[in-house]
Amino acid sequence: MIHSLFLINHTGDIFLEKHWKSVIGRSVCDYFFEAREKAVEPENVPPVLQTPHHYLISIYRGKLFFLSVIQTEVPPLFVIEFLHRVADTIQDYFGECSEGVIKDNVVTVYELLEEMLDNGFPLATESNVLKEMIRPPTILRSVVNTLTGASNVGDTLPTGQLSNVPWRRVGVKYTNNEAYFDVIEEIDAILDKSGTTVFAEIQGVIEACVRLTGMPDLTLSFMNPRLLDDVSFHPCVRFKRWESERVLSFIPPDGNFTLMNYHVSSQNLVAIPVYVKQSISFFETGPCGRLDITIGPKQTMGKTVEGLMVTIHMPKAVLSANLTATQGTYTYDLATKVLVWDIGKLNPQKLPNLKGSLTTQAGTPKPEDNPSLNIDLKIQQLAISGLKVSRLDMYGEKYKPFKGVKYLTKAGKFQIYIYMFIFLENLMSYLLFEWLQCVLKHSI
Amino acid sequence: MSASSAFNDEKGGSSSVGEPEYGHDPASGGIFSSDYKRHDDLKEMLDSNKDSLKLEAMKRIVAMIARGKNASDLFPAVVKNVACKNIEVKKLVYVYLVRYAEEQQDLALLSISTFQRGLKDPNQLIRASALRVLSSIRVTIIVPIMMLAIKEAASDMSPYVRKTAAHAIPKLYSLDPEQKDQLIEVIEKLLADKTTLVAGSVVMAFEEVCPERIDLIHKNYRKLCNLLIDVEEWGQVVIINMLTRYARTQFLNPNMNESLLEEGSGGDRTFYGSDEDEDEDEEEKEKKAETPAMAKRKPYVMDPDHRLLLRNTKPLLQSRNAAVVMAVAQLYFHLAPKAEVGVIAKALVRLLRSHSEVQYVVLQNVATMTIKRRGMFEPYLKSFYIRSTDPTQIKVLKLEVLTNLANETNISTILREFQTYIKSMDKDFVAATIQAIGRCATNIGEVRDTCLNGLVQLLSNRDELVVAESVVVIKKLLQMQPEKHSDIIKHMAKLTDNIQVPMARASILWLIGEYCEHVPKIAPDVLRKMAKSFTNEEDIVKLQIINLAAKLYLTNSKQTKLLTQYVLNLAKYDQNYDIRDRARFIRQLIVPTEKSGALSKYAKKLFLALKPAPVLESPFKDRDHFQLGSLSHLLNAKAGGYQELPDWPEAAPDPSVRNVEVKDSVPEWTKCSSREKRKEKKVEKPFYSDSEGESGPTESADSESDSASGSESGSGSEESASRSESEESEDGSESEEEEEEEEEEKEKKKKKKELKKPVQESESEQSSEEEERKHQRKTKQRKSDSESESDEDEESESESSQSESEESESEAEVKKKKKAAESKPPSKPVKKESKKEKKEMSLLDLDDFEPAPSPQVTPVNTFLSNSLVTDLEGLSLSDTVLSPATIAPSSALKNYELLHRITGEGLSVEYCFSRQPFSPDANMVAVQMQFTNNATADTKNLHIEDVKLQSGMRVKEFSEIELLPAGETATAVMGIDFCDSTQAANFQLCTHTRKFFVSIQPPVGELMRPVFLTENEFKKEQGQLMGMNEITEKLTLDMKCRNEHTIVQRVTTAANLSRVPCGSDKECRFAGRTVSSSSLVLVTVATKEEGAAQLTVNCEKMVIGTMLVKDILLALTQ
Repeated sequence: MIHSLFLINHTGDIFLEKHWKSVIGRSVCDYFFEAREKAVEPENVPPVLQTPHHYLISIYRGKLFFLSVIQTEVPPLFVIEFLHRVADTIQDYFGECSEGVIKDNVVTVYELLEEMLDNGFPLATESNVLKEMIRPPTILRSVVNTLTGASNVGDTLPTGQLSNVPWRRVGVKYTNNEAYFDVIEEIDAILDKSGTTVFAEIQGVIEACVRLTGMPDLTLSFMNPRLLDDVSFHPCVRFKRWESERVLSFIPPDGNFTLMNYHVSSQNLVAIPVYVKQSISFFETGPCGRLDITIGPKQTMGKTVEGLMVTIHMPKAVLSANLTATQGTYTYDLATKVLVWDIGKLNPQKLPNLKGSLTTQAGTPKPEDNPSLNIDLKIQQLAISGLKVSRLDMYGEKYKPFKGVKYLTKAGKFQIYIYMFIFLENLMSYLLFEWLQCVLKHSI
Repeated sequence: MSASSAFNDEKGGSSSVGEPEYGHDPASGGIFSSDYKRHDDLKEMLDSNKDSLKLEAMKRIVAMIARGKNASDLFPAVVKNVACKNIEVKKLVYVYLVRYAEEQQDLALLSISTFQRGLKDPNQLIRASALRVLSSIRVTIIVPIMMLAIKEAASDMSPYVRKTAAHAIPKLYSLDPEQKDQLIEVIEKLLADKTTLVAGSVVMAFEEVCPERIDLIHKNYRKLCNLLIDVEEWGQVVIINMLTRYARTQFLNPNMNESLLEEGSGGDRTFYGSDEDEDEDEEEKEKKAETPAMAKRKPYVMDPDHRLLLRNTKPLLQSRNAAVVMAVAQLYFHLAPKAEVGVIAKALVRLLRSHSEVQYVVLQNVATMTIKRRGMFEPYLKSFYIRSTDPTQIKVLKLEVLTNLANETNISTILREFQTYIKSMDKDFVAATIQAIGRCATNIGEVRDTCLNGLVQLLSNRDELVVAESVVVIKKLLQMQPEKHSDIIKHMAKLTDNIQVPMARASILWLIGEYCEHVPKIAPDVLRKMAKSFTNEEDIVKLQIINLAAKLYLTNSKQTKLLTQYVLNLAKYDQNYDIRDRARFIRQLIVPTEKSGALSKYAKKLFLALKPAPVLESPFKDRDHFQLGSLSHLLNAKAGGYQELPDWPEAAPDPSVRNVEVKDSVPEWTKCSSREKRKEKKVEKPFYSDSEGESGPTESADSESDSASGSESGSGSEESASRSESEESEDGSESEEEEEEEEEEKEKKKKKKELKKPVQESESEQSSEEEERKHQRKTKQRKSDSESESDEDEESESESSQSESEESESEAEVKKKKKAAESKPPSKPVKKESKKEKKEMSLLDLDDFEPAPSPQVTPVNTFLSNSLVTDLEGLSLSDTVLSPATIAPSSALKNYELLHRITGEGLSVEYCFSRQPFSPDANMVAVQMQFTNNATADTKNLHIEDVKLQSGMRVKEFSEIELLPAGETATAVMGIDFCDSTQAANFQLCTHTRKFFVSIQPPVGELMRPVFLTENEFKKEQGQLMGMNEITEKLTLDMKCRNEHTIVQRVTTAANLSRVPCGSDKECRFAGRTVSSSSLVLVTVATKEEGAAQLTVNCEKMVIGTMLVKDILLALTQ
């Protein structure tokens, strides 16, 4: 399956390579570099490339490319998902997944890769199994190891490998037993110029941090599970139990994990927490334009909107912006043409406003591009869908754990169209007029 | 270390000589000399005695390898450390070896013996890693060694090692394809493995080595389906993909009765109902499938195995792993009836939230699906709306999907979206949008004019790319109704002055030429301008200018004759030979000369023939002949190693090939090959499904148990080697009947052996196999139990009416355990077989004892207690140490878990009801406990404390076990007087360090002891226990339970009763007395036609009676 893996940084250096079958030369990456060149943006590199003898499947994570070389048919998602799992594992081990971290821990990473794949087929990808085989580095341990020569590598088969709960190791012990759940919801919305919702949905995730001794068996139930339209679970969740009773029953992995992803059915009306009044206009003549944006609260369920941030991708022709903000600060990046207005907390009494003029390149016509406006925000202690955890029960262990649930709403892909372009039903006459103008303009 | 020192001695001389040689290697000299110096100190470190130095050196070497630097010259120094004790050094040496062994084959051979030793190591991790490295060394000479190692590992007792063996198979195959036949044998063997750990890997090996041998799957099909949900996620993907192909060859097309014409959107509507509807549909379908198919096959009936696959894969749509979701989606797309495919849409849409690479792949597949099944994704239209932050490639794919989804009803919303997109800053995306509008316009007649108008408006856009793309699309649209749009053509003619994009210019010229009669005035003028700029045009434009000239010449020669001549002359001297050729050809064709008169007559027809309008098609059309989700599908080209998805067969191949042959011959387990038989067996309880969410009481279930027993028995004879003596004496009580069965059995076995390995395979291997099997069973059970929660729901669901209350859970538990016990017995007869010769005498001695055969349950250990159901413990399972010849030998003893080794911190305790009289107190039930110390430290002073009992109950504790050394097992017997109730006895089990709360709860059947009654006594007693004391229940016997022998066996398994002789063969009678109060318990099972039966229990303790009825009923009907 997966033949080789190359890690490539954003400047195009291959800084780690691993082969699971016979060695494949680095030159195979040239095809990738070619595509990378062509794509301009790293996100636009096709994940799957075909070369005369190989197939290249790559992902882009944390400014790094994970490039795998394939020789025969394999489901591309299989490889992509695996590569992401590799990146996740590195992140899990070292706190982040970046070039520096990988270079610093190159041997551990190499050992990990060795364990994760055998002959190109995934062998151990469960983080707790890996952690038993190759212990993650801690400062204390590395000091001890250099002194004693003890190793970071386990010499017995991790219990998880053979058990039917491979995600949990046995013999977990804590003095403070605690289980925290974060219900995080993201609103994905597209609003049109008038503020009407074109499309909105809520995606949620429950992140858990469970530190419990022994083999606890948890049951998490919701007040209103019917809200959840589509779900995907960590493998520990008993699917049948969910099907029949709509409760999450599971033996949790140790530490942090994503318990469940869900989607709130789009039938439910999605509350849009803020509204935006905006006008961006460019004058037909003269190198300038005007911008005026006001943001106000809409449906916030009585909570404060925090971390409010507006990002506008300006047309290429806009050279600079001279604006005043009543609240927060704004920056305009000349290279990327991105205007960022960091507002912070939304005060319903005094609505934040950003106003001023834009300078466009002299001599160029008025931009026709659509600037798009993206909003970022956070609302603490609120799950915008109304989802509520009703209780958490623990079986199988005798102690009383400390339990906590936190809610958070975020803006996901929250976008507002600024212009609307309207097709008229029958434009013929209008068009003829236009052509005439056009013809006249050009013939002069 | 002795080995390594030996190695050093052996190698000592050569290495000291060899090193300088490497140093002076001419190829690597000079440039890397600095490297060499550094390598010298690495060598020194590797030669040192300190592990820490070695480790440091190896780390540096591995870091070099990781960076892609050459470290091959260190090979001799590194390979010496292959036997190093330090595990991390060892691992790093392995890493190095695998990387460079291919280049230095001779030196690599020196390490082989270390691995061979490693293969025998008691630590499974070391065995596995030795095999991994051995098989990863790509040195052809060691192929035979690898082959041997793989074969051995394939029957290792550790499933992890077997998994590694499965991984090694493709490695060996790629090294030496000639080993294929032998490897297939190993694959076949591993396919029969019942652990989830092995399943994924072996199927992967199957796919790489012999994907064409679909016949190997038959026997394992149902097992794979049932195990699927527990296999690790990567294995799931491989198995699902393989099963998709399998199903395509074995089942009928579920959509075959739907006319192909109906493919359109109209009919699809009904599928998008709510989930409930779908479920109902499914149920109905199942019912249909279940109602005997014997009548007529006309209306399509889905093969139950086909249904099994669909049902067992469906929950995986909820997997967190996108690859699994995609695999299930493609399976449904290719295999499911049209009405059910809809379920995958939601899951696929969910994946659109994932990483952009995942989105990319998913959208490609969705695009293909939307062409075939547009309706499926229509409700999710808005999820494909494009955001400005999406990468371009994602945008384009979403656009593709939106276009495919467009129809009369939603086109207006889609077009409104498109309008927004046209204003985007991403020009490639705008171009794609324009094309999409064009496609919508061709596909949906109603909006053609609107789209055309919109596109024309774009012609005045300032961005040339936008205009150019619009021109190209408009050209295509105009071809459909040119006469209506001559003004647009005129408008476009004017654009030639401004548009510089060659493709657009060429398109405009072509349009004008083609429809020159609609624009008779403008066309010659355009030609005039073009003639002027001819030399500066791009090639495609030049060609179109020639075309235009030719067409005008033919229609309007008066005005354009000279221009045409001029253009043709220019073309004649063009640099491009295509253009020169075209000019020459056209000149000959259109300009009449004496010679070419014949053709020029038809020139007009040739040039101005009515051309069919182009159909704007999706690039994803017809991609679905590739299996969705595959690399080939994504690339739209066959990738190496791609397995075609076969077409559905015309007629279904024999479904009975998937029946697993039952090797043991206990009558009720006989093989059944006919369809109806299988159907009826459905009622049976699944064996495996304990661990399976989905299966329920269906086809799958019985096949499973078949397979389980089948394979067990297949190798059962081997078990004898390691059986305990007590068991052997137990065996003695087996009946003659069994011997007959054994005869049969032998025959079958012979056949099997012929097929399989040579008989002379060593005993040791066999015993290890046996161990392995035990182990499997163990793991299986552990699984079943820990998952019991969900399973129980499942079962109670399938059991129909039982509610989700705890009660039902416990009942399910009882059932399950019984089931487990029930499905075991078949293994027994075979076991005895090989022993028979040796033990003939003892058999003869004892076999007149009891007519019924006594299938004995093999020890079942470590029944992991799920914390949720600890209170349900003590229901039933088998015995570890079997008591010699009890009064009712036909009963199978079940083991229950008292303390799991995890909760017990290494101490595990199991207990069973030994069914022997408890000598210190006749009113007590004997409970035999087995303590196993799995911990590393000894356990001391095992005793009971703090007994909490219901009133009246009493406990006779076992004498304290003073010392239980690590790894040892001890047994003890305690007595409990349950007062004829099924209340649990709670107490603390204490060691010298810890106390564990445990409880024992007896099944009602264990609260009695057998008594002997004659037929007359029985009738007399029964006569006195009428009325309130009699409980009668009607039942339908399970297919396999319709002979006397089985009934006896099942009843005695469920309750500790003895058989009462009876004149009629239609009745079975049993008698016993409750242990505490000695109340009589009488059981009668009267059989009637076709499995109907009546169960009567007479007992003055009504509670006992009622509970007993329930239990026996269950035992007989499951």
